[in-house]
Amino acid sequence: MAEAITFYTIAACILGFAALVVTTKDTVHSVLFLVLDFLFVAALYVMLGAQFLAAIQILVYAGGIVVLYLFVVMLVNLKRAPEAHQDPHRLSKLGFGLACAVLIELGVIIVSGYMKAPPAALAAPAVLPVSGNTEQVGWLLYTSYLIPFEIASMLLLVAMIGAIVLAKREL
Amino acid sequence: MIDQFVIPLLKILIVLNATLVGVTYMVLLERKVIAWAQSRLGPMRVGPYGVLQPVADAIKLMLKEDITPTKADRWVFTVAPIISMVPALIVYAVIPFGPVVRLFGRDVSLYITDINVGLLYIVSVASVGVYGIILAGYASNSKFPLLSSLRASAQLISYEVAVTLTLVSVILMSGSLSMVSIVDSQYNARVWFAFVQPVAFVIFFIGGLAETNRAPFDLPEAEQELTGGFHTEYSGMRFALFFLAEYANMIVVSSVATTLFFGGWLRPFPNVAALHFLDVLPSWTWFLLKSFVFLYIFIWVRATLPRYRYDQLMRLGWKVLIPLAIANLVVTGIVKVMLF
Repeated sequence: MAEAITFYTIAACILGFAALVVTTKDTVHSVLFLVLDFLFVAALYVMLGAQFLAAIQILVYAGGIVVLYLFVVMLVNLKRAPEAHQDPHRLSKLGFGLACAVLIELGVIIVSGYMKAPPAALAAPAVLPVSGNTEQVGWLLYTSYLIPFEIASMLLLVAMIGAIVLAKREL
Repeated sequence: MIDQFVIPLLKILIVLNATLVGVTYMVLLERKVIAWAQSRLGPMRVGPYGVLQPVADAIKLMLKEDITPTKADRWVFTVAPIISMVPALIVYAVIPFGPVVRLFGRDVSLYITDINVGLLYIVSVASVGVYGIILAGYASNSKFPLLSSLRASAQLISYEVAVTLTLVSVILMSGSLSMVSIVDSQYNARVWFAFVQPVAFVIFFIGGLAETNRAPFDLPEAEQELTGGFHTEYSGMRFALFFLAEYANMIVVSSVATTLFFGGWLRPFPNVAALHFLDVLPSWTWFLLKSFVFLYIFIWVRATLPRYRYDQLMRLGWKVLIPLAIANLVVTGIVKVMLF
C-alpha cells in the first residue's frame, strides 16, 4: 500500500513537472523544472532498488547535462522573440505521428508483458557471482551487455572527436 | 521502532546542528588565523577573545533587511540560496564519523547511513550544488553577479572532472563505493591511501580548493574585478545561506579527503599493537582531528597564496590536472592488475 502511494506520488510529480517543462514561458524556469523532473526520476530508481542508476541519473543528467542547457539558455539572448515562421504548425503533423508511434510502442510492450510469463532475465540477477548494486551493474555490463556497452563508448568517443573538430578548425 | 526511527533522527539532528555550529566557528577561525598571519588580533570585542563573534554575526544577519531587487527573477532569486545550501548539508548523510560502537547498551553506527553507492552519492549531490551559484547570478539581473556566476560554474565543472577521476583511482584501490568499506579497506591494506595515491590526493585537494571557490582559486569572488561575486545583490539571511554553504562545502571536502585518503576514523598505524594507548581517544575524535587539519590548511592557503588569473586557472585545470589524473588512473589500473 505504502509502496503504491509512493509510486503514484512520484509518477504524478514526474508527469506534472514534465508538463511544466514544455508549457512554461520562461526558458530558465523550464530548465529548472527539467532538473526537478530528473530528480524525481532518480527517486523512482531508488524506489526500485537501483541506487546506482539513481546516483548516475543525478550525476549525469541533473548535474551535468542540464547545467550545459542552462548555460546555453542563459547566454543566448531569448528576450527578443524569434521571428515567426510563416506556418507555425509546420511540425505538428510530424510531432503527432511520433507521439502516436511512441504510444503504440508502449502499449505493445505493456500488453506483451502481461501476455508472457515473467522472462528469464528477471530471475538472472539472483545467480550473479557478486552482491551489491554497483557490482551487479558492473558485472552485467562487462559480461552479458559487453557489445552494446562498447558500441555506446565508441559513439561517445566519436561525438567527442566531432566536437573537438568542430570547435578547433585548424589543429 | 527505536532502531528504525528514533536513532537515525537523533543522528541527523546532531550532525546537522554540529555542522551548522562548526560552520559558524569556521568563520571565526578563519578571521582569527588570517589576522594572526597578518599580525593583527582579529575579532576581540564579543566575548573573551571574540569567541561569541559568530553569535553576534548570526543575530546581525537575521535582523538585516532582506532586499529583493525589483528587476530580479523573484522565484529563482529566492530558490537559489536554498539550492546551494541543501546539497552541502545532505552530503553528511554518508560521511562516516566512526565505526559501529556500543552506546548505552546498544550498537550505534557513527554514520547516518552506509549506502552501496556512497561516494557516487556525494559526487552527484555536489554536482547539483552548482545550480545555486548559476541561478543566483542569473536571477539577480545584474552584470557582476552574472559574470561571476559564469566564472564559478565554469570553474566548478572543469575541476569536477579532475576530482572525479582521482576518486575513481581510490575506488580501484578499495574495490567499493561505500564510504565505510573504503575506510575498512585502508585498515586491511595497512596503509592510508594518501601514501599509495599521493598524486590523486594532491589533485583532489587542489580540486577541492577550486570547487569550494577558495583562495587561490576564488575568482568568482574577486572583489577587485567583480564587486562581491555572485551574491552581490543578496542581503541578510539569504546572503548568509551562500556564505554558510561555502563553509559547509569546505567541511565536506575535508571530511571526504580524510575518509578517502587518511583512513577516516582510524588512529595512526591501526595495525600496530604497540600504539594501542592511542585508543584512549575515541575514533570520532581522530576523524575530527584529521578533518580539522585540512580545514586549517584551507585557511592557511588563503592567507598565503595570491589569486590565480582566470586563464591560468583554466590551463591548470584542463592541461595539467586532468591529464595527470587520467595518467594516475591508468597507472593505478596497470599496477593493480599486475600485482594482485
